[in-house]
Order: sequence, then structure tokens, then C-alpha cells
Amino acid sequence: MAATTTIRLKHLLAIRWFHWINFPVLFVMIWSGLLIYWAYDAYHIGPFQFFPNWVYSTFKLDHRLAEGMALHFWFMWFFVLNGAAYVIYTFISGEWRFLVPRSWSAFRDAWHVVRYDLGLDKQLPAQEKYNAAQQITYSAIVLMGVGSAITGFAIYKPIQLAWLAALTGGYQFARLIHFSLTIGYLLFFIVHIAQVIRAGWRNFQSMISGYEAEPPAEAAHE
Amino acid sequence: MSNWRDRQIDLPENEARGFLKKYTRRSFLVAGAAAVAAVGGYEWVRSRPEENMTPWPQRRVLSLNEKIAHGYLNDKHLAPTYKRTDIRFLKPNGDIGLDDDVDIDSWRLHVQTGAGASPLQLTLADVKSLPQTTQIVKFCCIEGWSTIVEWTGARFSDFTRRYFPPGQQLPPYVYMETPESDYYVGLDMKSALHPQTLLCYEMNGKPLEDEHGAPLRLVIPVKYGIKNIKRIGAIRYTDTRPADYWAEQGYDWFAGL
Repeated sequence: MAATTTIRLKHLLAIRWFHWINFPVLFVMIWSGLLIYWAYDAYHIGPFQFFPNWVYSTFKLDHRLAEGMALHFWFMWFFVLNGAAYVIYTFISGEWRFLVPRSWSAFRDAWHVVRYDLGLDKQLPAQEKYNAAQQITYSAIVLMGVGSAITGFAIYKPIQLAWLAALTGGYQFARLIHFSLTIGYLLFFIVHIAQVIRAGWRNFQSMISGYEAEPPAEAAHE
Repeated sequence: MSNWRDRQIDLPENEARGFLKKYTRRSFLVAGAAAVAAVGGYEWVRSRPEENMTPWPQRRVLSLNEKIAHGYLNDKHLAPTYKRTDIRFLKPNGDIGLDDDVDIDSWRLHVQTGAGASPLQLTLADVKSLPQTTQIVKFCCIEGWSTIVEWTGARFSDFTRRYFPPGQQLPPYVYMETPESDYYVGLDMKSALHPQTLLCYEMNGKPLEDEHGAPLRLVIPVKYGIKNIKRIGAIRYTDTRPADYWAEQGYDWFAGL
């Protein structure tokens, strides 16, 4: 008898669309955000400036404030609508159950996942669809998106939405959070890409087609 | 609600490979077409003829944003006010239209309330005779910085009540410019009549300095700094959307906060 392979629909069509729409939209938001940030680049860590001048000149980010604002206040609608649709859909479809950590032990498990990924542990903790580190990261990134939208609107209309600006620590503090979240996305992006490369083609394929073949038992980690 | 573990198909090994191949190819084709459409759409928008240095479809988006913001704008939505001790240095950031020294005695405010109306020529004393308001509010530059300043002057709504012909319909816009028309702003009437919009002649308790727009400037906390025109020479009430210096440089015309 021929061996059978089990194929699963891992990522639902709508989820894949939300994910892949978000990618270029977030890219344009970050890029246009940098065009805006250039006009008042107030932040630094110790002596290290965000960003050194060569960054602006290399990526041609300087003297483009008006263009940046026009782009930012256009793509903000795609970002917010796509993000809201994603969150609503994860609840309607029930996918949220795999994405949201279900207990505090997720943090302990996530630590083990990190140790495993660094080669310090031999075994992964038991997991459902996503491991604990993924659950925490994917939930956090959604909360970060909500944070970007809230602080974004606080900066966008600090008088009409004065309560929102107050809620986010005031106009300038909201700007700092908004910027920090953006740096957070860039860090997430680096780790995310590294993990996707590590997980290999089969995993990437599932984010494109939705389907993933069940791996042979000995290669269960993605 | 489906469990992802139950969304499963069991196929013989060789069929499974074909199945995955088929769906992967199909998805890549759809994704590729979507990417081409998205990039094409983006490039189309960005290459359209510009209206004031911004492609016209993006101007439409700014207009839509303006419609929402203007609809939400309300006299009861006030800029937060601060204490005297919160006042900080205000960088004089723009000097367009401030080239010449101004002689306050010969300076006049030219006011045109309508196409048919005869123009008014007002002195600083005329403006000062209106009820005086002092407010300590945040000044927000479109560049991103902000600072807290105390302003003293006459509410533009009081000014309008005195000088705009009673019984006449207020037009939707106001235009203001420096004496030589070097700098100019267009304002929607709702923002202009906001209770914190001032024709201002004192800053931090002292008469306005030249670099801050002596003898009379606009303070409009519901707008970015670019709309807070310095050294006003003329005010026109108008039915058509007025020109605006920075809007012509690609910025949003409304520039509301």
C-alpha cells in the first residue's frame, strides 16, 4: 500500500491576504514616516542619533516632509482597515485561539523556545499551531499595531482628539511611542525573516498557498 | 469555527506533491497579479499631474481627510491650556514677508468683507479695542516640534462680529496675507471662528517682536504653525478657496490639528 501524506490547510485565505497586504502597506507607512521624522529628528540613544545623516541621504529621505505626510495620511487608511479586518476575522474564524497565549505559562515556554532556537535546549515545549514565542510575538505585533494607530491619531489631531493625546502621555510623548513602535516593527521584521528562512520552504509555502504537508515525524519543528 | 488540525486531506505521496504544487503555483500567480496591480496602481497615482506639487489623486485623499476633520471640528474642542511656568522658547521659524522693518504707526490692516463691500483700513488701536483674550497653548510646527506660548489678542470671531456686515451670509473662507503678499494663508471659516483663534498683538506678556510678526499676527491653535501667519497686512472674506503659501509647496491645505 502506498504511503499517504497528510496535507492541512494551515493558513486561511483571508488571513494570508491580510498578512500580505499589511507587508507593503506597513512598508509605505514606515518609509513615509521617515520622510516626516526627518523634519524633526529629535531622538537619540546616548550619543547615537536616529538617524545619522548618511541614512537620510542614502535613502533620499531628506526634504520630503509634504510628500511624506500626503503618503502617510493616505496609507493610514489601508493600515487601519486591513488591521481591523484581520483582528475581526481572527475572532470570527476562531483562529485567535491559536494566536493568543492561553496562560501565563506561555512566557516560560517562550523562553524555552528561545533557548531551543539558540541551540541551548534539545527539546521544544509542547505546542498547538504556534509555539509560545510565536503566540506572544504575533499577539504583541497586533497590539503594537493598535498602539501605532492610537498614537498616530493622537499626533494627527492633538486638538480635536485632545483626550487621546492626553491618554497617550501628551503630544510629544505620543510621537515618541509612535516612533518606538516603528523601531519595534523593524526589529520584528529582522527576527521574523530570519525565522522564516530557518523554518524553510515548506513553512513559507503554507503562507502562500495555505497548505502544508505534515512533516515526517522526526522533522516536526518549523 | 474550524480547527486547523481538522482541515486535512490525506493523499497518496505522489498526488500530495502534485496537489501542493498546483495550489502553490495558483497562489503565486494570484499574488503576482495582485502585486502588479498594487504597484501599478501606486505608480499610476504617483505619476498623475500634480495639483500644487502633489499628484491629484493624493489631493483627493487629503480633501477626504479634510472633510472628516472639518466635520468633526467643533468650537467645544479646545486646545488644552497651560500654566505660565510651562511657557518655553518659541523659535522664530519663518521670516517670509518680514523683510522690512515695520512702522506700527503707518501699518494698516486692510479688510475686505466681500466683493462689493468697500475695504476697511484699521489701525492696531482698532483691533486692541476689541475684547482682549489671553491664552497659554501649545504651538505645533508641521515639522514635528511643539512649544508652549502665551498669546494675547482679539478673538477673530469678535473681530468678525464687529467688522463683517450684519445680516450678510458669512462666506466659507478667509484669506490673510502679509503687507507685500509674500506670505499668505487660506482658512476655513469654522477654524477661523474657533474661540481660540486670535488676532494677536502680544506674546508672553510683551508686544509682538518683529520676528514673531509685529504688529499683528494670527494665532490659530487648531492649525499647524504654517497657518499662524505673521504680520498680517490684509484679510479677505471669500467664497472661493483661497491660495495658501505652503499648500502650494505640496502641503495639505487644511493643515488642521
